[in-house]
Amino acid sequence: MLTDFFILLKQELVITVIIFLLLFIKLGKDRSNETILNWINLFLFINLVAGFFGSQEGILFSEMFHTNKLVVLEKNILNLAMLLISMQSYSWLKMHKHVIEFYLLLLSTLLGMFFMISSGNLLMFYLGLELSTIPLAAAANFDLDKRRSSEAAMKMIISSAFSSALLLFGISIVYGVSGTLVFSELSLHLVADPLHLFAFILLISGFAFKISAVPFHLWTADVYEGAPVAVTSYLSVVSKAAVLFVFVSVLYTVFKPLATVWYNILFVLSLATIIIGNLFALRQNNFKRFLAFSSIAQVGFILIGISGSSQAGMASVIYFILIYVFSNLAAFGVVSLVSAITGKENIDDYKAFYSTNPLLSWILTIALFSLAGVPPTAGFFGKFFLLMAGAAKGNYWLIGIAALNMVVSFYYYLRVVKAMFMDSNEEPISKLSIPILPKLALYICVIGIIVTGLLSWVYDHIFSLSSGI
Amino acid sequence: MSNYSYIVWIPLLPLAIFLVLGIFGKKYFKNTSGIIGTLALLASTVISFIAAHQYFFVDGKVNGVYQKIIAFKYTWLAFSPNVSIDMGIIIDPISIMMLVVVTFVSLMVHVFSLGYMKGEVRFATYYAFLSLFTFSMLGLVLSSNLFQVYMFWELVGVSSFLLIGYYFDKPSAVAASKKAFIVTRFADLGFLIGILILAFYSGTLDINTLIERLTAVQSTHFTSIATAGFLGVSMLTWGLTLIFIGGAGKSAMFPLHIWLPDAMEGPTPVSALIHAATMVVAGVYLVARLFPVFSMDASVLTIVTYVGAFSALLAAVIACTQTDIKRVLAYSTMSQIGYMMFALGVSKQVGENGLGFMASMFHLFTHAFFKSLLFLGAGAVIHFVHSNEMKDMGGLRKLMPITHIAFLIACLAIAGIPPFAGFFSKEEILMAAFHSNKIIYGVALFTAALTAFYMFRLYFSIFWSKESHHHNSHGEGTVSMKLPLIILACCAVGVGFIPFSHFVTADGSALETHTDMLFSIAPVTLTILAILLAAAMYKNENDKPAKAAAAFGALYKAASRKFYMDELYLFITKKIIFPLIGRPVAWVDKNIVDGLMNLLATITAKMSVLIKGLQSGKVQSYALYFFGGIAALAVLFIYLWK
Repeated sequence: MLTDFFILLKQELVITVIIFLLLFIKLGKDRSNETILNWINLFLFINLVAGFFGSQEGILFSEMFHTNKLVVLEKNILNLAMLLISMQSYSWLKMHKHVIEFYLLLLSTLLGMFFMISSGNLLMFYLGLELSTIPLAAAANFDLDKRRSSEAAMKMIISSAFSSALLLFGISIVYGVSGTLVFSELSLHLVADPLHLFAFILLISGFAFKISAVPFHLWTADVYEGAPVAVTSYLSVVSKAAVLFVFVSVLYTVFKPLATVWYNILFVLSLATIIIGNLFALRQNNFKRFLAFSSIAQVGFILIGISGSSQAGMASVIYFILIYVFSNLAAFGVVSLVSAITGKENIDDYKAFYSTNPLLSWILTIALFSLAGVPPTAGFFGKFFLLMAGAAKGNYWLIGIAALNMVVSFYYYLRVVKAMFMDSNEEPISKLSIPILPKLALYICVIGIIVTGLLSWVYDHIFSLSSGI
Repeated sequence: MSNYSYIVWIPLLPLAIFLVLGIFGKKYFKNTSGIIGTLALLASTVISFIAAHQYFFVDGKVNGVYQKIIAFKYTWLAFSPNVSIDMGIIIDPISIMMLVVVTFVSLMVHVFSLGYMKGEVRFATYYAFLSLFTFSMLGLVLSSNLFQVYMFWELVGVSSFLLIGYYFDKPSAVAASKKAFIVTRFADLGFLIGILILAFYSGTLDINTLIERLTAVQSTHFTSIATAGFLGVSMLTWGLTLIFIGGAGKSAMFPLHIWLPDAMEGPTPVSALIHAATMVVAGVYLVARLFPVFSMDASVLTIVTYVGAFSALLAAVIACTQTDIKRVLAYSTMSQIGYMMFALGVSKQVGENGLGFMASMFHLFTHAFFKSLLFLGAGAVIHFVHSNEMKDMGGLRKLMPITHIAFLIACLAIAGIPPFAGFFSKEEILMAAFHSNKIIYGVALFTAALTAFYMFRLYFSIFWSKESHHHNSHGEGTVSMKLPLIILACCAVGVGFIPFSHFVTADGSALETHTDMLFSIAPVTLTILAILLAAAMYKNENDKPAKAAAAFGALYKAASRKFYMDELYLFITKKIIFPLIGRPVAWVDKNIVDGLMNLLATITAKMSVLIKGLQSGKVQSYALYFFGGIAALAVLFIYLWK
């Protein structure tokens, strides 16, 4: 029984241990930032590796917590993203006074996400969600001397409060009408009457807020722009991925009785999200804002995959998120390096970037091509599978409009590539010297972008773990 | 069944060269990259010829029918238990034919570029891109899986984008490459959805299996795709139309042709490769590849026919008004591809009725040679006079004798004068059109005459008309530039005599064609008249009439004596046809069709500004939208949409 506890909870336990270790380091004698960062990255690496050993199915705390191979895989993806972000923000953190606090905040949110993914009860889900949100708002304020950063944090915490309040309202209605919060029992009680539907819509908007689906996306751009790049990439990759993981499994299991309803809701949300995300991305000049809106549009595509409600649907969503981690982090990695060293964050600043930083330009190009879904990058396979899963429902309007938006998105990604390679600039960004860790992280991302698409067993493995309705 | 696995090397060699030159080219092979690329491609070409020999003459035929052979297959991604994505190589008459065409023309372009691009700073990059393009095109041709086709299709798009934008310090080149890319992306979108539809209903992406399932009228797959409908049209029609749109985008069919003239900003040898022989015929190839399925749906074939015929006519009319020699060639390419398309459109799958299919492939084959010759010749001319404009040329025949002869041969070939290559293939196309649709035949005949007219307008403007003011200072070009011209000129004369119908047909079995002398009289006469008209208009009076007379003999004398006839022709064409038909058509093309595409972009941008107000930066308003969103969802899903 006790060994079960340790094995099933191992990923959460490792993170908790790291958090405590960091606290001890903080209390101990002063060390240089470089040493601390090297240690932390080592911890995170161990954390990632440890996740691959001994995955087992099981339930703990009277169905509050459950885990299986798919859940472990999802947590591993988050661990990987965490490590990559940490490596990428090396240049920025090196100069920061409160390195350890930064990690304490992020790791707490990661722990929250793990519990959220593993939750078997709406209460547990809510706790995990809050734990993964509130420290993030503090982290968004981590450019301590910048007003925009504080503004971002304020906006995030207030917006989250709205969404949490409504989510909680939804949960209480669910409890009121069904008398239970346990996932496995809930699915037996759900029927499509107005009260249930209303509660369900409140729950869905809570999710939609976290994954910034339109019209619940408005906070995203401001927060992304104001927050430090490391936090922005964390928000756009890890935080979204975690909620999407939960979203797809909850819809496929707990809310199975309402499948037709949520299919229609997803239809509306995904269309709105793709179109609005793209239209906004077209005219952004701040690179972080640009990536924020492009990632909104990406979420719209993921929603289409979810709407497929088949085994292939779930597999394509998780597969796409893995690819999205690599592509988005490669893009954010370059942006974060440039921002940390030169402070420049506008797309216009990237004009003639190729003449001074050919390597970074190529990495950014590959990342943007993958986000745009150009073959043979992995992003193309990801999108193709999402559309394919969605197409199985036979709604060709949705697929047609989505595919049309792929072309529109192509235009704005290409705009950045054009700026880097073809435009001239009197003062291009000077040649950057890249420390070893961020460079390594970028290489991993690029390899991921290429290999994830070309190696068939990645998808096959995910497919074998997934399940449909 | 014998072993064809060595065919893998044909695309792999250019890929290897791309990687080597792309990564190390700048440092280590600055000057030798051209030679390396050319040698590797020579090897590919030789292997293609060996494969062609083996397939056509040794073991491709079983019981008089050419077989479809899968030389290599590897399951790559299994999307779901039923649908998997394979990487494979398909061998059948059309893929072998395309192999030969692509490697051979690409080799010629490689050789030509050795002289043409000499001294360019990014010489190694140029060859790397050229290799990448050749690789993707070969991959496309050999694909045995629809998804694989799409992959290479996009790769062809990317690499052509790189090549067109090669002069990236020239803004017009950048704009052109972007335009080409975006327009073809729109078309590719249709292709992608088309693939999804066909794959969804047939349950497979494998081309052979897909054809098998969708051509068996009794099968469940066929009944499901033929009965399922969307907006009153069956899914079969939708899927095929969308795939045709994809093909039309790459093949520059109306109204998706607008990128082609602008794409002439790229280096001229690149145009010879991409816009003559390979990428632009990808659409024709795609329709031919899926032809058995296309032949199941008469309505789609009708679309193919009329789009092809209209594009052929439109492009020919516009070509008459252009002054940039590469643009004339670009429109002429579009026109010739229109021929190939409608030939496919009027064809049927089996036997005698498959004449159109065979004619289309035949024309694709011969066109590749004479059109790349035209482009390379134009390249040599541009290299010599440093201009694309006809007015800067003239009287070059003495200064560039080899180019002159080669260009003349190519013009005769494209005009369809016997015994040059274009004559044979065009005759088959006209024959196929004549037997199935008289309107199309009329259009084709008229277009053939126009083709002869504008090609010889081009020819006379470059090599005759006024006396040249250029000095023969730097010669006609290097040996590497002349050699491909000579080789291709020989091909433009010779390939027409290949008994094509014995090799490449819709159903694999040989087709007996009857060359009908009487039938050829009308087109050939019209063509010759058109050439004479061009000669009268563009071959300046100042030229020695004796030479002209020698060149064209009695016919020319008869035409020149009737001076008032020339005046009449001049009046009709210059005063009526050009301003009243040609220019308006060109104007509509430039302003309406092009404008529509621009309008789409503008609307998108406008919408983007319109919704800007949503993103005010105020958290209160965000909360309002949040509640509004919930309220809207609640109303929509609880009360309205049950």
